[in-house]
Amino acid sequence: MIEIKDLHKSYKMGSNVLHVLKGINFSVKEGELVAIMGSSGSGKSTLLNILGMLDVADSGEYTLDGVPIKNLNETKAANYRNKFLGFIFQSFNLINYKSALENVALPLYYQRVPRKERQAKAMNYLEQVGLKEWSHHLPSELSGGQKQRVAIARAMVAEPKVLLADELTGALDSTTSYEVMDLIQKINDQGNTILVVTHEDDIAHMCKRIVYLKDGVIMKDEKVKQIKASAYV
Amino acid sequence: MFNRDRWKEILEVLTTNWFRTLLTAFGVFWGILILIILLSAGKGLENGIKADFGDIATNTMFMWTRSTTKAHMGLPIGRRFRFKVEDVKSISDNIPNLRFISPRNQLGGFGNDNNVVRGLNTGAYNVYGDYPEIINQDPMTITEGRFINQNDIREKRKIAIIGAGVRNELYDKGEAIMGSYIKIQGVNFMVVGTYKKKSSDGDGEEGQKEIYVPFTSFSQAFNMGNDVGWMAITAHDGTSISSLKEDIVNLMKTKHKINPEDTRAVGYFDLYEQYNRVESLFGAMSFIAYFVGILVLLSGIIGVSNIMLIVVKERTKEIGIRRALGEDPWSIKKQILLESIFLTIISGMAGIIIGALFIYGVNALLDANGPVDMFLNPSVSLGVVTVALFILILSGLLAGFIPAQSAIKVKPIDALRTE
Repeated sequence: MIEIKDLHKSYKMGSNVLHVLKGINFSVKEGELVAIMGSSGSGKSTLLNILGMLDVADSGEYTLDGVPIKNLNETKAANYRNKFLGFIFQSFNLINYKSALENVALPLYYQRVPRKERQAKAMNYLEQVGLKEWSHHLPSELSGGQKQRVAIARAMVAEPKVLLADELTGALDSTTSYEVMDLIQKINDQGNTILVVTHEDDIAHMCKRIVYLKDGVIMKDEKVKQIKASAYV
Repeated sequence: MFNRDRWKEILEVLTTNWFRTLLTAFGVFWGILILIILLSAGKGLENGIKADFGDIATNTMFMWTRSTTKAHMGLPIGRRFRFKVEDVKSISDNIPNLRFISPRNQLGGFGNDNNVVRGLNTGAYNVYGDYPEIINQDPMTITEGRFINQNDIREKRKIAIIGAGVRNELYDKGEAIMGSYIKIQGVNFMVVGTYKKKSSDGDGEEGQKEIYVPFTSFSQAFNMGNDVGWMAITAHDGTSISSLKEDIVNLMKTKHKINPEDTRAVGYFDLYEQYNRVESLFGAMSFIAYFVGILVLLSGIIGVSNIMLIVVKERTKEIGIRRALGEDPWSIKKQILLESIFLTIISGMAGIIIGALFIYGVNALLDANGPVDMFLNPSVSLGVVTVALFILILSGLLAGFIPAQSAIKVKPIDALRTE
């Protein structure tokens, strides 16, 4: 599903050059649940941003579902993001003046899906994350866990190839974190490919594979025995 | 563009901060209001002054004789001469594109001794000897009876058409007017018609105190012979009298043996030139109205642009989210532009409506308190409103352009990082 070869990325900070990614090679197959771990400054967010086409690499190859990702203009990148990727953020990033339902329907709106169909689909995904009754509430009326579940529904609604989650439990307490991870695991069990960036060990061990990143290189890439989050809930 | 969700969002964004939206809208509202009021005030002045011209055919010149100031062909300086009836025919034979040539004679008038008597009532009035065509050059409404006709001219009938002012002074209320006689300088004329003239200026009163009799009867009754006091000459539409007046005056100079260089001998007044001068004044006035109005509007638009920049800044994160979710930049740009245009048009429309109400109020006030000199019926045409709307859409686009550009200039990754 994801193929990365020799990815480099550096940032210019004034006169200094900060080399963040120093030749990353890795691939993700369909249906995998991968955690990318590392301390802050290890380059994990940068990697995720490049995978999410929010940022461009200086050199290296990136292929997503057989499509080479290069020379993207903004419009094309937006189009690819919409079709291929679902984002889940640490700070939820819901649009605060739109209801849960409207937030979930947003990616479909950008695909110009007719209104009725869009709402039906969004409602369906809200039901899957268990928030059907909350569909007309604004984000400010939802708890952190609920917000994140809305965000997950939003990431899922366009049926993307890959879900990218950036510290998705970073703003949640541990009980809620496990609930959200339980949801992620269920989605993964349905055959969806998910990449989770985290610095929390317990969250990482709820994935099927952990990639350790340190100072811009992959230290370790291992399959782990998945701990079911449902055990903690 | 006609997308329910897009409009819902525009309303959501603009209503989140009511007070700010209102203040911003006020700038544009004020600008367009000033523009509308200035234009309508200009129009009111224009209407007022044009009403002073009355219904007079404006493509008209008046011509009269004075004494010569240069000797010519053995004739002395200071010679007095008169136009003759034959001159009318020679003008119409030699000068093309003339619509009416009316020779006129006149006696009496304001400040003169009383010249008209009816029973015990007397009055001083302008009495004109005229041809039937004069009613086209100096329009009046016949309120009773008829005006002069060709038979009157041919048979030199002693009939008269009197103005409303004359009637009020010479007749009692309810008295029969048609068929009664008035004595003009000792000669009896039968009244066959009454008229009323439209005019709002100070001469309005004077205009109603005139008496019209057939030219030929006038000449005979008051011993004018073949003389013509003055002429009113109107050109066809499409030819300005100003371009013909030189030829007419020169023709008269030749016919009456006047030195071609004598500029005093034939006097004339070119109404058309006068009218054009007034027209160009109004042109300048509406230019100033547009100029000032648009400048005021511009400051309103800068206000909108400013607020839109702030809105974009506030929504940077949201824009980042939306772009991460796959909204293409053009759609975001369109959103910002539409918000700006929408705000501009709504506030502009409010300005136009309030302006229209204001004009309506002024009109009602004018109607209630009677006419004001040189100001009549201030209004803006549909054309002006269309132009104003066009300016609004354009300015909305202009106001939104820089904010929209800055909205998509931020990379989604940077936008997401903003807290």
